[in-house]
Amino acid sequence: MHALIEADGLSKKFGKVQALSGLTLTLPSGEPVAILGPNGAGKTTFIRMVATLIAPDRGTLVVNGRDVVRESMAVRRMIGLAGQSAAVEEMMTGRENLVMVARLYGQGRAEAVASATRILEQMHLVEAADRQAKTYSGGMRRRLDLGASLVGSPRLLLLDEPTTGLDPVSRNEVWDAVHAMSAHGTDIVLTTQYLDEADHLAATIVIIDGGRVIAQGTPSELKSRVGADMVELHTIDVPTMQRAAEVLASLGMAEPSTDPSTRRCSLAAPGGSKLLPIIVRALDEGEVPVEDIALRRPTLDEVFLALTGHTTTDPTAPKEDAA
Amino acid sequence: MTVTLDPPRQSRPTDAVTNQGASYLVATGQVAARTLKKFIRSPALLIAGTAQGLLFLLIFRYVFGGAVGHTGDLSYVDFLVPGFVVTGVLFQGMSAASGVADDKEGGLFDRLRSLPIRLLSIVSGRVSADTALVAWGVVVMTVAGFAVGFRVTGTTADAVAALGLTILYGFAFVWLFIALGLMAGSPQAAQGLSFLVFPLSFVSSAYVPVSTMPGWMQAFANNQPMTQMVNTVRLLTGGTPAQALLGHPVSYYLVPSLLWTAGLVVVFAPIAVWKLKSS
Repeated sequence: MHALIEADGLSKKFGKVQALSGLTLTLPSGEPVAILGPNGAGKTTFIRMVATLIAPDRGTLVVNGRDVVRESMAVRRMIGLAGQSAAVEEMMTGRENLVMVARLYGQGRAEAVASATRILEQMHLVEAADRQAKTYSGGMRRRLDLGASLVGSPRLLLLDEPTTGLDPVSRNEVWDAVHAMSAHGTDIVLTTQYLDEADHLAATIVIIDGGRVIAQGTPSELKSRVGADMVELHTIDVPTMQRAAEVLASLGMAEPSTDPSTRRCSLAAPGGSKLLPIIVRALDEGEVPVEDIALRRPTLDEVFLALTGHTTTDPTAPKEDAA
Repeated sequence: MTVTLDPPRQSRPTDAVTNQGASYLVATGQVAARTLKKFIRSPALLIAGTAQGLLFLLIFRYVFGGAVGHTGDLSYVDFLVPGFVVTGVLFQGMSAASGVADDKEGGLFDRLRSLPIRLLSIVSGRVSADTALVAWGVVVMTVAGFAVGFRVTGTTADAVAALGLTILYGFAFVWLFIALGLMAGSPQAAQGLSFLVFPLSFVSSAYVPVSTMPGWMQAFANNQPMTQMVNTVRLLTGGTPAQALLGHPVSYYLVPSLLWTAGLVVVFAPIAVWKLKSS
């Protein structure tokens, strides 16, 4: 049994921009995978390569045993793609959009109509089915686009930043839909620049930066690679936070970090569960009231910082990854 | 929200090829149907192109027309309407360029290219729909031509052939516009292509006799594709006065027109497919 996706030394240059530089990875079948990285890391370039939309300059990419360049049609028969912009025809109804894509996958008229109805139910779009897609909300549009990528029951579903630009409610709807597809047995590879999304949706996370793989593993593997647990506390105001930081510093374990905007103070605490009572006692003796205090594992943000030396994204930065 | 799904299938054969993909004709038909629905449901698209054409017709027929001479025994309205309808395919076909640029930018082509269909079917579906839009414009403008006094002097068969040839020319130019739209990169850039349409339509025999232009301009006007088809249609509809004015049989203009038609398709179909593939 071969791997779902095998990439070896993939490189791609757009003009002067090196989008991928020797990306090598092997992805297993049977569990959702998130490709995580900042804008310009090469996520979209990679997913478009898997979808046969662009060819690598160098290197090979094999999807379920088929080479994306030499056997592109065979790859297209196995995949469904939902790109970054919801590729629905606004002037057509939701149902018409789905029937069209089903017909293009090669289904007959009656079969295509039945597939569309099934997808509309799955995506909770039955009531809006016969309205033009231009009347849909952003979340509905994204669900319709997801549905279109599913209408051919693909073996592999490719989702490029499926929740970028969605409000939290719509994002949760898309997450639920992705969970359901995954439970249904569809292999899913998605890209995201949101760490919580990768954590929430994927069993395997591949972190890429500068066009190559930085790390690959389960969310907890990646977190434990960074090491220490963190003790984090919230205070009612900034002066209290500063007093708390002084108390934590006086313990002599590590330098606490503070964030005045959230009145949060955190301290790396290896073997945190033993240290937590000591910290609580010290705060109590120093008469520093805290709103709450907790022991937590490092966030993927902290993982990313540790692995790449810089933080994930500036959401206001111009998009460079669209190529 | 909860998403309900069918119970998981019992087995999913890993190498089963589930999607054969639509045949070339079905895929072309689906892409064409989608584009036609978009046209029909966006009345602005249908009306804007024809309204501009009608305005031009009225201006030339009633404002400039009286001052245009050198049309011999052919009345100016009978001279003008063939030129107006044939060059109208450029103004109507031009929208294909920004249309494909829109489709590309909106992500539709990414979706279509990820499906198991031939690339050519995406382009030819788009061409079919845009040709239908051009045909609609040709019919509307022909009717308008009759309304302002145009009359056919030749046989009905010749007139019908003229109409068919005009639409065929529209089809050929739609390939050009689609290739240019895919090369343009953005819908805005594609709209800028109208610079190409003005010299082709005005520096031709469409609105005034070429003999009234400066010599260097005549060289271009006499040999560019619009003049060839305008004169073909003029000869097919204008009878003896048109023959006397142009001094050549229909074949003199028809053969180059058909060569242009074939040439445009042969050159721009591969370019369109190649641009689509590398977009």
